[in-house]
Amino acid sequence: MVDAIAGAAPSRHGFAALQACLRDPKVAAGGCFILFLLVLALGAPWMAPKDPLEQDILLGATPPFWQAGAEPGHWLGTDDLGRDALSRVIYGSRVALTVAFVASSLAAALGAVLGLLAGWYRGVVDATISRLVEIWMAFPPVLLSILLVAVIGAGVGSVIAAIAIIDWTRFCRVVRAETINQAGADYVTAARAIGFSRLRILTQEIFPNVFPVLIALVSLEMGIAVIVEAILSFVGLSVSSDTPTWGAMIAQGRQLMHQGWWILAAPLMMLFLTVLAFNLLGEGLRRALDPVMRR
Amino acid sequence: MSGAILSISRLSAVSDRDQAPILHEVALTVERGETRGLVGESGAGKSTIGKAILGILPRAVRVTSGEVLFQGEDLLKMPAERRRRLVGEQIALIPQDPMTALNPGRRIEGQLTDGLRLWRGLDARGARKIALKLLDEVHIRDPERVLRSFPHQLSGGMRQRVLIAAAFALDPKLIVADEPTTALDVTVQKQILRLIRNLQSAHGTSVIFVTHDLGVVAQICDSVTLLFSGRVVEEGRTGDLLQRPQHPYTRALLDACPRYDRPDVGLKPIPEDLIARLRSEAAA
Repeated sequence: MVDAIAGAAPSRHGFAALQACLRDPKVAAGGCFILFLLVLALGAPWMAPKDPLEQDILLGATPPFWQAGAEPGHWLGTDDLGRDALSRVIYGSRVALTVAFVASSLAAALGAVLGLLAGWYRGVVDATISRLVEIWMAFPPVLLSILLVAVIGAGVGSVIAAIAIIDWTRFCRVVRAETINQAGADYVTAARAIGFSRLRILTQEIFPNVFPVLIALVSLEMGIAVIVEAILSFVGLSVSSDTPTWGAMIAQGRQLMHQGWWILAAPLMMLFLTVLAFNLLGEGLRRALDPVMRR
Repeated sequence: MSGAILSISRLSAVSDRDQAPILHEVALTVERGETRGLVGESGAGKSTIGKAILGILPRAVRVTSGEVLFQGEDLLKMPAERRRRLVGEQIALIPQDPMTALNPGRRIEGQLTDGLRLWRGLDARGARKIALKLLDEVHIRDPERVLRSFPHQLSGGMRQRVLIAAAFALDPKLIVADEPTTALDVTVQKQILRLIRNLQSAHGTSVIFVTHDLGVVAQICDSVTLLFSGRVVEEGRTGDLLQRPQHPYTRALLDACPRYDRPDVGLKPIPEDLIARLRSEAAA
């Protein structure tokens, strides 16, 4: 279809670029791993070989299957209470992904709305929002999140709220800059000449062109959210201890380092791969969609 | 004066930041059905006049005085809402750069029919019918396919045709063409000029043609207003102005244009002392 039109320009934009970058091996690898993780999290009750909470003191700290003394059925060994490490890692992905998706979306929504308003209306609106961002970013993020969760209480909801409240500034700054960039384009002038209202131009003309950049940023943010959730779990401020999380497993494994390194290794590996996947995906998307880097 | 579709008088504007004058008591009249060239170098204020008519001046520019009478009504004193409708329906813009003047994320169909749906209240189907007719008028083959395309799938000349079609969509009384051919190469430029000319006489539209190219002026404009640093230097019928220029700046500008019919004459730069004198006059 493209070729049939005389002088088709090779430049890609928006969703065309989004489609094209799926062929990038990094994006594909990151995307596949995230997809795999999603299946794991959704299908945890069927995929996990054991109940992640079932304790068996007699089988405490057994090593993974390739080592001497491994217990059949416990592929990645057990922790000191005899709970199956593989099952706990699989169940742990549920909290990680929930936080990643929900917290990033909330942060993105909040930041995007404020960034769009600041970049489009400029003036007082812009000055107010920009000052707010600057003040916000002066707080050390990890301390702020620990403080927030300590005040509003532990739990997945609090972790999500903490991440959204802290990280909206990332989205706000980028979306604001991109909105200013788009607002200078001739198509906005043309839309104004037709007589569209300012709000309609913002939502119908500018936002769709800012959206791809936002998507890339959300992916990067998901990696950050997974780390923050692990940190908060590590210090015991995330979900209650009867829900397996990677952070809590790492905290537990740290104390048992000398009895069994694998207790620490399995969740650490998952955390590492997940964040890497989100970063590969986000970086690839950014490269494909960022108007500056595209050239 | 009764035949004038647009009559601007004593229009002045300043930059909001440093109060530097951008337009100084500009007067401009466009008769019904005529093409008025608005000529000047960069920064002369020609685009600013176009934007002032359309009510889309950048925030940094403020109109300080003057009136812009469109069919006898002052656009500057009109309530914003009424102005938005009047201008949206009856004055159209052909933007400068066809590469950025179409939204890269929307299909042509939507962009071409924006005005029809907004002001005529047409549904997608009715608007589509008119859109196909419009594309036919600007000599686009396979209009169905173009409607489905995104801007990046069309060439520069095609995009400019689409933009011209969009400008004529509501059958406006006046079109502001803001250097519509500057970004195009010369062969396409000629076709586009002819196209605008033909559509204009078919629809009886008046056109303000903003350009810095006197060659283009000679081809398309009935009358010309020449600007320097926000002031009108000279104005008149195109033939008179190009053949018997009165003002030294007009003469200098014409001498600086290549003459294909008289290769022996060569090009003369605009004398610097003339520029300096004009600038000091403008500053006074």
